[in-house]
Formats: sequence, structure tokens, C-alpha cells
Amino acid sequence: MSDDEELQAPDEPAEARWKETLSALFANRLAAAGVVVLTLLILSALLADVVAPYAFTDDDLTRRLQPPSGAHWFGTDELGRDVFSRVLFGARVSLQVGAVAVGFSLVLGTLIGLVSGYRGGWTDIVLMRAMDVLFSFPVVLLAIAIVAVLSPSLTNTMIAIGVVFTPIFARVVRGSVLSVREEVFVRASRSLGASDWRIISRHVLPNVAAPVIVQTSLSLAFAILTEAALSYLGIGVQPPRPAWGLMLLDAQGFIATGAWWMSIFPGLAIFITVASLNLVGDGLRDALDPKQRSIIQSRGVT
Amino acid sequence: MSDEVVLSVRDLEVSFGTKRGRAEVVRGIDYDLRRGETLAIVGESGSGKSVSTLALTKLIPIPPGRVTGTAHLGGELELIAMTEQELSRVRGQRIGFVFQDPMTSLNPVHTIGRQLTEGMRHHLGLSERDARDRAVDLLEKVGIPSPEQRLDDFPHQFSGGMRQRVVIAIGLSCDPEVLVADEATTALDVTTQAQITDLVAELQEELGMAVIWITHDLGVVAGIADRVLVMYAGEVVEAASAEALFARPRHPYTIGLQASLPVLGDVERHDLAAIPGLPPAPTALPQGCGFYPRCSYRDDERCATERPPLTQVAEGHWVRSFYEVPAEEAARAAAANRIVIEPPDARDEGVA
Amino acid sequence: MSAPLLQVEDLSVHFTVGRGRAKQTVRAVDGVDLTLGAGETLGLVGESGCGKTTTGLAILRLVEPTAGRVTFDGTDVRGLSTRDLRRWRRRAAMIFQDPYASLDPRLPVGESIGEALDIHDLHQGTQARRARIGELLERCGLHPRVAGRYPHEFSGGQRQRIGIARALACEPDFIVCDEPIAALDVSIQAQVMNLLGELQSDLGLAYLFIAHDLAAVQHICDRIAVMYLGRVVEEAERLELYRSAQHPYTRALLSAIPIPDPVRERKRERIRLVGDVPSPIDPPSGCRFRTRCPEVFDACERIDPALQAVAGPDHTAACLLHGEVGTEVAH
Repeated sequence: MSDDEELQAPDEPAEARWKETLSALFANRLAAAGVVVLTLLILSALLADVVAPYAFTDDDLTRRLQPPSGAHWFGTDELGRDVFSRVLFGARVSLQVGAVAVGFSLVLGTLIGLVSGYRGGWTDIVLMRAMDVLFSFPVVLLAIAIVAVLSPSLTNTMIAIGVVFTPIFARVVRGSVLSVREEVFVRASRSLGASDWRIISRHVLPNVAAPVIVQTSLSLAFAILTEAALSYLGIGVQPPRPAWGLMLLDAQGFIATGAWWMSIFPGLAIFITVASLNLVGDGLRDALDPKQRSIIQSRGVT
Repeated sequence: MSDEVVLSVRDLEVSFGTKRGRAEVVRGIDYDLRRGETLAIVGESGSGKSVSTLALTKLIPIPPGRVTGTAHLGGELELIAMTEQELSRVRGQRIGFVFQDPMTSLNPVHTIGRQLTEGMRHHLGLSERDARDRAVDLLEKVGIPSPEQRLDDFPHQFSGGMRQRVVIAIGLSCDPEVLVADEATTALDVTTQAQITDLVAELQEELGMAVIWITHDLGVVAGIADRVLVMYAGEVVEAASAEALFARPRHPYTIGLQASLPVLGDVERHDLAAIPGLPPAPTALPQGCGFYPRCSYRDDERCATERPPLTQVAEGHWVRSFYEVPAEEAARAAAANRIVIEPPDARDEGVA
Repeated sequence: MSAPLLQVEDLSVHFTVGRGRAKQTVRAVDGVDLTLGAGETLGLVGESGCGKTTTGLAILRLVEPTAGRVTFDGTDVRGLSTRDLRRWRRRAAMIFQDPYASLDPRLPVGESIGEALDIHDLHQGTQARRARIGELLERCGLHPRVAGRYPHEFSGGQRQRIGIARALACEPDFIVCDEPIAALDVSIQAQVMNLLGELQSDLGLAYLFIAHDLAAVQHICDRIAVMYLGRVVEEAERLELYRSAQHPYTRALLSAIPIPDPVRERKRERIRLVGDVPSPIDPPSGCRFRTRCPEVFDACERIDPALQAVAGPDHTAACLLHGEVGTEVAH
């Protein structure tokens, strides 16, 4: 009386799941493009010393404010430094700030959100009020306060951004945990004798992954922009280290003089990074969802 | 019931474009609905029973849906070719709807008075005063106590059964010629279900409208239907009067379905005569008879390769099958060593 | 008679809703007694909101009971520590109503089944684990090969089979089946009921079968308990209940079930209940059914009826028509 005639296709063992996820991610062409661009960005940041034609401090007032040319692909700035090289070195700072700050808020926020949503009661109330307080400050203001207390530096910028973003993750995770916690499959798992830890790690976490991933890619983008804003305000990365935000700040004074390349290229770098992060985030969200995955695989989504 | 046909449907086909190709959800159905008649459309989920009716007034997303065929309302209006604007004057006004879930078919942020009068003001051009008076009448008619006060209540202030009464009142608000009840009692408890089916029957008697009752529950059908269409895999596989269908089911699916139901008062506890397998996906319909893969009779070589036509086997009794199941065999399947004891008579207990 | 497998005494589950002044107590389950022998099936029927599902959950402590006693094979379930409770759950499983919601969408179905094996260390090595999962799937009418597939690739009936396989994984003695067929298509319901029956006779399982569909309950159960507003109002052997229902509510329920036969269905007299089920926040004093009972009389308001023996062996009903047995309501 078996009614599984409909399910004929042979099945791969469950261990191959991460492969499936990867192949689904790459089946999504936009996400694949995002992965490629991000990889290039990371590589160029890592290999900036080798790849960049000039050092980021390499100033030469005789060639200041030159438009893009064969020698200086992205032109030169007001001190005659090569903008292309500075954008490459700047990627280091921007990506590092993004990764570390968001990594920090992701871990801390997810932890707080999980505990808060799963335990409920007073724990939830206390944690969430604390998050609300943190959240009610304007992002940049809070970051300024933190940096002002800790003195401006790259590390402190990362800490500031990480702290500011924590409540966002905590809220997203808590909201999802609250709904997943009530799912019948969680109750089913408990009925089998599963411990809280098992329920959280096996059922709750994977099911809150989708909104967290989306939030991560958005936050990475915002972290880079926040870093740019802080550097722009002069309390982030300190010159002469190049950061994309800092470069924009410098460029500001020269827009009127027609040196568009000084602002366009770092701006473009931010834009491309943010866009590819979002594409990868969306792709990852779909690729991690078994249902979406089988749709992607059956038709090859564009 | 009169002979006047209020709704005449011919060659109705509905398909949806999906990722896995075109899904043929309704594959050509025809019926005439007469004034005052109750037509039951029975089938499982995916059989096309709901879609076939919703598609008449484009209550399905188009595209990806595509509807062909004709449906004449009141002998004049052809619905399928109508524009959205023309249809908005038919929906609610000439064809009323009652859906399965009374919680989601009412808008939680508006009072039921507002939801009741909306259609009347729009379709019948009533003033607010008149619409309100009529709403009170309607609520009274569907058995809601103190209707005047309850008009200003919100849906959550009603119980499930009461909400479904409100939905019925809305369905009836513009005196439709046809009332479509789509699984209207499925979400309700049996005692409430009994109240609602009785209510619809009474209202039908009084107002003379025709009712299309879409359900999966053969028990409900037995209680209320004049005629029954049994649908499977997007087709009508059997059409007959309720009496004929239950007394002598002829399609293997109908026979199987009846035999698989547990019956109250069944003395022996044997296995139920389950129909094996699953209904086909609308994107992967069998080449021949839609029921072929699950059929325990399939005794004709055409079954696997040819779609059987709907043929009349007795006055008003139509069957879509090459193989006609002999009466004794059908009876044997239905009885399937069932010894049913009669229920105690509620009547001697002095209650009505 | 030997000691029953499961004995439930005076079980209550009360929830609080609202906060502060608006705080109210919902008496979802309010003093339920049930007895179930090994290998037996007890049906628990009633309309939505009567507390039948909550009763099932409270027996397994998936919802904490407010009061009462649950004894399972000599173990006081309510007295178990969190750890012992987890261990005890090996013996008592549950099958859920909604086969779509009861499987984790992100786990291959084999993993959902294997989870029980992992929790209780019931396998030796990956090979043995896989073999056991395959065996469970096969036992429930599915091919072992489907273990790596995800829930969305299955139909409702197939998912319910997976849910059953999961419940069987730790070889329980007792399964709470909460409306296991209500969400399934008609032609699939019979398949699943047959499967449940087969498993019971092969494995000697005891079921608490919770459903609103009396015909199905009567088909699969040995005894049936009828619930109304948090209480059991009648309990009897399955045919006895049908043949000579003693509580007016049971009779009304029986008469409301449509019979798939137009001739019988149309000529039979229905007992029409008026009104709705009262709120479990403020149940009527005395007999809870009195507000809708066609046979109500003055004592019903005064006395809260207790279950008492009525016609036939092992047939109990909580109705004052059979003698004014119960507790006087304080004014």
C-alpha cells in the first residue's frame, strides 16, 4: 500500500546538503555575480600591496589632481596620490570594518535575541528594554559617543558600529524565535524528549537564519556607510590611512574644481560592495531554504 | 425547484502557468443550475471543485490563470468574456459567495454592519439608512440575536458559527440568483455545521435562489444536495441526482470514496477499503483516464491511453468511465462486510 | 483487571489571559479522568475548544497541567524532573494534526525521524541509524530512499506517514494522536487510519485518539470519551456509546453527524442545539451543558454533575437525569 510512486528520483545522502546549498547559490546568476565581485574585492584588499601601482602615502605634488589616465587609472588626488591605489587600500579598511563590526553585532545580537525570545518572561522584558534604549539613539550619534569615549581609531570605530547594530539583530532574531517557538515541529521535537539546547540549535536557529542573513547583508552595507560617515566626520579612520569614506570627505572640497574622479571612484566602490553584498545575501537566503532551493534547481532562476 | 436555468456552464476549462508547465486544473465541465436547486460539487483538494466555480467570476488570479468556455447567467449574460468592471456588478449582486473560513473572509478592522451594507450600497444604490435597515433584517434572518446592537460589533466579537452566519448574510445581501458556498461548513463543528446547512436550506426555500455547494464531505452532500457533480483530476467523473448517486454509484472513484468512509455504528472493525495512491498533480495528468493509476477496476484496454467521455448511463446519471462497474460489485464494495446498526431513535426521547 | 497503562485523575489545565486587572482564567481542561490499558485505543471527541487537544498535551506534559495526577505504568508523570521527563518521553509519543506544520521545513525528513534516535542514543553508528530510519519509513508505507527529501516535496498524507514514523522511532508504548486525519483528503484518511490500526496490532501500541469526527473515532477506538467545555461528559465502549448514548450532548453530537445516505439522512430527526458553546473563562454554574441542553431542569443549575455509572457496564455519564450525583454549587 505504499504510495510513494510519485517520489521516484534517487536521493543523495543528507551529508551533501552544503553542496546542494552552494550549487543552488550559484544557480542564481545574480548571486553568483555578487560572489565573484566580492571575491575580487577581498582579494584586491588582501593583495593591495602587490596589486596597487603606488603606495597609499605616495604623494607627489607635481601630479596633483590629474584626471584618469594610463598611468593613474582613477586619476590623482590633491596631494598627487594615486586614487586607484587608495581605493584598493581603502577596501581593506571598509571590508574589515564591515566584517568585524557586523560579525560582532551578529553574534551578540543573535545570542540576545535567542535568549530573549526563547525564555520569554522577565529575561525578555529586561533584555529588550536594554536593546530599546540602545536603539533609540541615532546610530551616528551613539557611534560618536562611543568613539569620543574610547578615542578615535579603527578598532573603536568597529566596536562602536558593532554595538549600534546589536539591537537590530536582537530584534530580528527575537521576532523570528517567537514565531518559530510556537511551531508544531518544535513541540513535536520536545515530545520526542529534545532538550532546549537541541531545539534551539537544530530547529530554531536554522529557521531564523533567513531573516538574519538578509539583515546581515543589509547591515554590512550600512556598516561600510557608517564607517564612511564617521571617517567623513573625522572620528573614524585617521589619515593618511585611506578609507572610502575618508576619501569622499577629501574629495568634497574638489568637486567644484571639476575633480569628479576623486569622489566618483570611492563612491562607486562603496556602491558595488553594497550591491554585491545584497545580492549574495538574497541568494544565500533562498539557497538555504529547501523549498526555494528545489524551485531554483528545477528551473535555474535568473 | 423550477425548470428555469439560472446558470449554464459549458466547456469550462481553467489552467495555470506554473514552473513545471501548464497545470490543467479544470478540464472541461458542463452543467445547468436551476432556480431553487442545490448543486453539490464534491471532490478532494486539487480536484478543481473550487476553482471551477471561482473562475466563473474571475476570482482566481489571471494570469497565471486562463479560463475558457462559456457561462450564461440568467440566460443572457455571458460571464467568461466579461471585463473586470462588468464582473464587479455580478459578483456579490447576482452571485453571492460564502467561503470556508469566516475569520479570514471578514475584515477584522471593520464592523460587520459596514461590511454588510457595503455591497448593498454599491450594488443596489441604497442609502445608508435603508442599507442598515436591510442589514438588520438580514442578520435576523440568519439567526443572529439582537441584530440591531450587533451591527456595530467587530468580527472577533462573534463565535465561529455566528461569523459564518454573518458571511452568509453578506452573501445574500443583494438577493443573488446564485449562492456559492465554498466549503462553507468545513471549518465549523458538526453541531454548528448542522445549524448552517439547515439555515441555508431554509433561506433557499424562502428566497428561491440556487445554491452551489462545494465540499469534500459526502455526508453533507447527502443531506442537502439535489444534484451532485463528483470531480476528480479536473473533470466531472460522475453527475447524478443525490439519491441515484448514493443508491448506485457507478464511477470507480465514487464507489471507492464511499467504501472508504468509516460509518457510524459499524460493528466489525476491519480495515477501511482505502483507495491506494494519491491524486495526480495537475501538471502530470495521466494520458488516459485521470483515475487510472488508482483504479481497482480498470478493465478496458482504453483506460490507460484514452480519456473516457462523460456518457449518460441512466436518466440524468452521467459517468466518465469505460468500465461500468456492475451493480452487485458496487454494492459489495460499499457494504465491504459492514454491519451497520441503526442509531437509537432520538424521537422517543421526546426531543425534536 | 491489571493496572492500566495510563491513569489520568482530575486533570486540569488553566491558562491566564490578559494582564493586571483584565487577568482572566481560561479553564481549558477542568477535572478530567481517563483510563487507558496497554494496547487499547481510547477516543476523545468533542467540538473545537472543548479541551481535548489540551488534555492530550497535558498528559505528555507538553503543556503543564495545573492540577491532577497522571500515572503512566506506575510512574507519576507530573513528578518527573526535567531530565527524567525527557527520558520518559521515549515511551509516550505524539502525532500531530497538521502534517504541514509538524515537520521542520529545513530538515530532510529522515533527519526529523532520526532526531528521536539521537536524543535517546538508540543507534550504533551512521549505518545503523540510516537503516533504522529506512525501516521506519518503510513501516509507514514510504520508500526508505525518500529520507533525504524535504517536507515540502511530500503530500499531506505522506507527511502524516512521516509524522507517524517519527513517533514510532523510540518504540513507544503509547501515542497521543491529535486529529491525525482531520487535515487529510477523504481518500487519504482511510489509508492513514488503516496504517494506525495495523501498527497498533503489530506493535501493541496504546492510542489516545483525539478527533472531532465521531465516525472515524468509532472505527478505530475501543472506548470513547466525549468532552464538553473542559470536562468528560460521557464515556463508554464504542458501540455502546452509539447505541445508547445517555448524555444529551452526546446524543446531539451523534445526531448532527451527517450520514452519507440521502434517504436516511433526510428522514432522520436532528436534535438541534441552540446557541454557542459558552466561554471557558466563565463556564455556566452547575452542569456546563445546561445553557444549550434540550432537557435542562432546575437542578442543573444547582448541582455540578459527576460521572456516574449509567446503562450498561463501564458506561458513565455526567448528567443529573440519571440521578442527582455531583457537588452542590455554592451560592
